Amino acid sequence: MHTTEDDIAQAIAAASGPLQIIGGGTRPVGQPAVGEALPLAGLSGVTLYEPGALTLVAKAGTPVSEIEKILAAENQRLAFEPMDFRTLMGTDGTPTIGAVVAGNVSGPRRIAVGACRDFLLGVRFVDGSGQVVKNGGRVMKNVTGYDLVKLMCGAYGTLGALTEVSLKVMPMDETSTTLRYAGQDVAQSVALMSAALGTPFEVTGAARKNGDTLLRLEGFAGSVAYRVAELQKRLASFGTAEEITDAKAQNDLWTAQRDVTRFADRAVVWRVSLRPSHAAGFVEGIDGIDVDLDWGGGLLWIAAQDGADHEAIHHSLQDAAAKTGGHATLIKGPDALRAAVPTFQPQEPNLAAITKGLRAKFDPRGILNTGVMI
Amino acid sequence: MDMPTPDASIIARKSTIVERLQSVLPHDAVIHDERETRAYECDGLAAYKCPPLCAVLPSSTQEVAAVMKVCHEMGVPVVPRGSGTSLAGGAMPTADAVILGVARLNDVLETSYEDRIIRVQSGRTNLSVTGAVETDGFFYAPDPSSQLACAIAGNIAMNSGGAHCLKYGVTTNNLLGVTLVQMDGTIVEIGGGHLDAGGLDLLGVICGSEGQLGVVTEATLRILHKPEGARPILMGFDSAEAAGTCVSDIIKAGVLPVAIEYMDRMCIEVCEAHAGAGYPLCEALLIIEVEGSPAEIDEQLAVIKDIAAKQNPNTMREAANAEEAGRIWLGRKSAFGAMGQINDYMCLDGTVPVNELPNVLRRIGELSKEHGLDVGNVFHAGDGNMHPLILYNANTPGDLERCEALGEEILKLCVEYGGCLTGEHGVGIEKRDLMLYQYDPADLEAQMAVKDVFDPAWLLNPSKVFPLATSAARRDGKQAA
Repeated sequence: MHTTEDDIAQAIAAASGPLQIIGGGTRPVGQPAVGEALPLAGLSGVTLYEPGALTLVAKAGTPVSEIEKILAAENQRLAFEPMDFRTLMGTDGTPTIGAVVAGNVSGPRRIAVGACRDFLLGVRFVDGSGQVVKNGGRVMKNVTGYDLVKLMCGAYGTLGALTEVSLKVMPMDETSTTLRYAGQDVAQSVALMSAALGTPFEVTGAARKNGDTLLRLEGFAGSVAYRVAELQKRLASFGTAEEITDAKAQNDLWTAQRDVTRFADRAVVWRVSLRPSHAAGFVEGIDGIDVDLDWGGGLLWIAAQDGADHEAIHHSLQDAAAKTGGHATLIKGPDALRAAVPTFQPQEPNLAAITKGLRAKFDPRGILNTGVMI
Repeated sequence: MDMPTPDASIIARKSTIVERLQSVLPHDAVIHDERETRAYECDGLAAYKCPPLCAVLPSSTQEVAAVMKVCHEMGVPVVPRGSGTSLAGGAMPTADAVILGVARLNDVLETSYEDRIIRVQSGRTNLSVTGAVETDGFFYAPDPSSQLACAIAGNIAMNSGGAHCLKYGVTTNNLLGVTLVQMDGTIVEIGGGHLDAGGLDLLGVICGSEGQLGVVTEATLRILHKPEGARPILMGFDSAEAAGTCVSDIIKAGVLPVAIEYMDRMCIEVCEAHAGAGYPLCEALLIIEVEGSPAEIDEQLAVIKDIAAKQNPNTMREAANAEEAGRIWLGRKSAFGAMGQINDYMCLDGTVPVNELPNVLRRIGELSKEHGLDVGNVFHAGDGNMHPLILYNANTPGDLERCEALGEEILKLCVEYGGCLTGEHGVGIEKRDLMLYQYDPADLEAQMAVKDVFDPAWLLNPSKVFPLATSAARRDGKQAA
């Protein structure tokens, strides 16, 4: 087990073939990985936590649960609400912060506060030649040189193996309320969420699950009460909402939304990012699917029904995304499907050339997570 | 400030180059008369000047691509320019470079309140983006203090911030898509109206790349509904430590003010003399602004006042109405102008962890005494983004050099305390040669590798960001990209 950045650098420099970078191994997304395992779980521990500066630095293999526990003791959290893939994917293992960053994994609150990439202040990584590189730091504003922090976030380990990440953390909210509107179809639900997000009332979750539209408001108690009342007045034309105020009930609801647990028993699941106004039209005419929405309708979770033609659906989704703008990603599927289709939205040639060029610079031998994304 | 020797062979070909550019642009879009190119000789870092070979003002993405293709073929460097308000020399030309100005690209292309986005051409000014949506209650959040003049293209190039980014983030957090023209004229679309552009986060690395990876001609930006209201509170403290602790405690408490601004005694005194805003004459002053309905503002300010009380403030003045709010902001907003009236100054923008503010301020005070130059501090305290203003006299021989030497010490200090050289102004030419204090050669090599991919010949704004010695081989074409 590698326990230091130096170990990782040496392992990569000495590698003679492809390496699979593994955090907790809970998220087998992308083409089935090839090569020898390069586990990062031994590279673990929070190295700096300054609650007064809202900053936390951790080694890449640190369990997300350990970070959440340390933060909770100071009444803080990772505001971008990273998804735990285990239920959906049927995997076990321990999700790590490095893998969250590598996948730019963000949950429902992304619509209000930003994605993982927006909270990532700095990285250390080992590139494909075994060279250690750092970028960014641990301050809130930093324009010193190029922002490789963002480039590494969401690169799925194809440009380097992350060894340390520095994150902006946020205080927890005093309280929250969730409004539930029942019986809206996709178009009505998106209209409702767009109306809610277009108010000054700072909605921090806007999702549609199993036919229910959910809106979350968080903050100080007086403020939440005020905004809940005002928001419902503005949304009166969409019907009456049920007010969910119990903390545990809300936590269960939003954790399930975040982790896409409704589709845990489905064999094939996709994730689509698009403009909310395109959501309703996007799924029209594609048979054999069920759809949940997040991010005010800008994120679709799509599951194949039993007996559907997975490959045909996959191509329909990526074709539709190419046409409307946006991208469709295969998140869960049997190995045969994952091997047969492009997991990530294919890029137009000029963009693909830039991607390929960056990969060639950061991993000239093409050995890191080969085929996963690039 | 060293700049590379201009390529004499390019200067010798000026008339041919101008002719080629005139063949792809309207005649009035190519500026080559020496009396007129002088308008482009510097940006907001006005201590350094150099007229360009010529300047072009294309009106469309296609015209930008045509210009780039010509310059690429002829091996001529291109320096992109937004509105020229950069404080770091990001848009400063060299004598062998073509300035590509985006001033004629200023249309709004699409607005969608349902998707909460606006798509604009990149020459549009920051404030006029908000101007296009404010009658419908929306705004574009990043608000650099030059927002009346600065262009979105420059905001993206420098990843600009502003006073309100504590709550709303900087440019990169509000940018969803761009049309980018590469040095060889290739046009690429990255991202769009959806969140998190697909594939590698190219948008993230383009934003803040100081015009070295491509020319952004169009941008999709996130817009938000305006808050119901806002109210500032002014607090005076007897020490930097007390004010610094107050800032850190507020941030920790879960209140998210839109702005926490800090002024030290020197700035308070100068601003009082200039604007008469009624500030208390004390060691440190904070202006904290919160947003929401009147009741929500009361709730937040109650939390803030409780926290501040623990640091024994000598003044605590909450704005009772718009006029009082205006007076609280008056001094802060006139700070730079007021300082400029008493002397020339250099404005740095190193950023430090918020909890280190008191230590860094104390050390800046010591350095100021050692170097014999006054330093005033007025800055965005909530995110640790300092703005030390070093006062000097441009007419005193040697003063600029002394000022730069002190500036260098202050920026090293920021790095030493876990911070960075620049929080929102950019590296440009100003901090280029300090990059090795923050980054190792391998770190810079990785950054330069990105430029190698986008601009293999290093023709786009080549003498910026990286120490000249570090980028020399690439700029001279001696390193195969």
